Amino acid sequence: MISEPFALGNSPLHRCDPRIRLVSAAVYSFVVALSHEFQALAAALVLSMVLLSLARLQVREIFKRLAVVNGLVVLLWLVIPFTFPGEALFRIGPLHASRQAIVLAAQITLKSNAILLAFIALVATMPLATLGHALNQLRVPDKIVHLLLMTYRYVFVLDQEYQRLMRAVKIRGFQPATNLHTYRTYAYVVGMLFVRAAERAERVQQAMLCRGFKRKFYCLQEFKAGRGGVIFSLLMSAALLGIVAIELRTAL
Amino acid sequence: MTAGKTLISLIGVSFSYPGGQPVLRNLDFNLNSGDRVGIIAPNGSGKTTLFHLIMGLLKPLSGRIEIFGKAVREENDFAEVRRRIGLLFQDADDQLFSPTVLEDVAFGPLNLGKPKDEAIAIARRTLTFLGLSGFEDRITFKLSGGEKRLVSLATVLAMEPEVLLLDEPGNGLDVRTRAALVEILRGLDQSYILISHELDFITATTNTVYTMQNGKIRTDQELSVHQHVHAHPIGSCPHEHCTPEDAHRAEPPLITEK
Repeated sequence: MISEPFALGNSPLHRCDPRIRLVSAAVYSFVVALSHEFQALAAALVLSMVLLSLARLQVREIFKRLAVVNGLVVLLWLVIPFTFPGEALFRIGPLHASRQAIVLAAQITLKSNAILLAFIALVATMPLATLGHALNQLRVPDKIVHLLLMTYRYVFVLDQEYQRLMRAVKIRGFQPATNLHTYRTYAYVVGMLFVRAAERAERVQQAMLCRGFKRKFYCLQEFKAGRGGVIFSLLMSAALLGIVAIELRTAL
Repeated sequence: MTAGKTLISLIGVSFSYPGGQPVLRNLDFNLNSGDRVGIIAPNGSGKTTLFHLIMGLLKPLSGRIEIFGKAVREENDFAEVRRRIGLLFQDADDQLFSPTVLEDVAFGPLNLGKPKDEAIAIARRTLTFLGLSGFEDRITFKLSGGEKRLVSLATVLAMEPEVLLLDEPGNGLDVRTRAALVEILRGLDQSYILISHELDFITATTNTVYTMQNGKIRTDQELSVHQHVHAHPIGSCPHEHCTPEDAHRAEPPLITEK
């Protein structure tokens, strides 16, 4: 299930106003995604590392996350060099790898890692509930925020129901195999999960009605930017402007 | 509230789920202020349905429901009912939907239009009253079963209801949490109706116990829970007693052996 290994902590970054962190992460992602020059991307990667060190997170957990994204990146390295047109650098049998394609794959690798690391440092360091409230304060529509929070709340209940169903199936000797019985059993489990989710939703709504729910949610958390927040946003802005400057200077 | 005032009154209420057998048939029931009524009856006899009818979550097919002396029919009538009557759901996971405990407990008061500071103050006070201070920032779904039940009760009590409907509040709790809950319920000012399958729980928390039969609450037959002591061979092995008289009464057994 979902675990939040980075959410709790007492680093300077954990204490920074979540709204500032969210906005920083969003702006940072745009800057990195739109940059092409290797110097700018390298600078961005360095910035990500600095942010990570500020957040004081477990290195092992970070590598676990990186492994997931880079699995995808490896796949890109297997495909892009041989499918993207450009001047040939080397050949493997009938395939030839183009220089432009390798540059592109390298850019994607740098960008995705830099953005992921920044998100781990800035966004994964807040509990999901805080993320929801921060988004709400940043004027993200109520409906989206509540979808996020309710999903997060009930994903665990649904997981428990799934485990309960699977246990019920297993204790009666079910062994998955490649046959119709297996497919039918899984279909029943999934179908039952939908039925239970729908019933659960109805009961939750009833409970909310009983407590006077008027289609409006209230946020109790107060966010304060404080001096640390101001300093952080100034430094972050300066660093991002630096990356943009490197990009523009090298590009022109 | 003057003593003995009728809070909830059901007159000839019938209900059945679509395509199902009638669950409640011409049911009459009164809850007066100061009453602590226990209902003990087999599964599927309509206890939860009764609560949902009172809260307006279900609508009766026929009959009248009067709450605080006013007939309630439309959704709008029930807005006030829900403010003044608190329903504790059987499954705490249905009741707790906010990420943190404090938010969940403050949800009701906020819906009643209380300002944020006051709602937080009420929530904290309620949590302290239930011995849950320090739980404010806990994540609701990471609580244990007993903690969830107590926090659910806090979410209901935070709305300062005049009447409580408690749907199997003692179910699945360990001995210690159950004892704590009994103490809490005994200390409450509110009148309440409590559904339970557990004889000792229901006798410890209510002063009148009724059963349901054929879709009716048998107010003509007040139950008195009692124990018999007797001895017979191999009596130390787990066993059940069944007399012709008991057979039609179904579970839970009205006679317990100790």
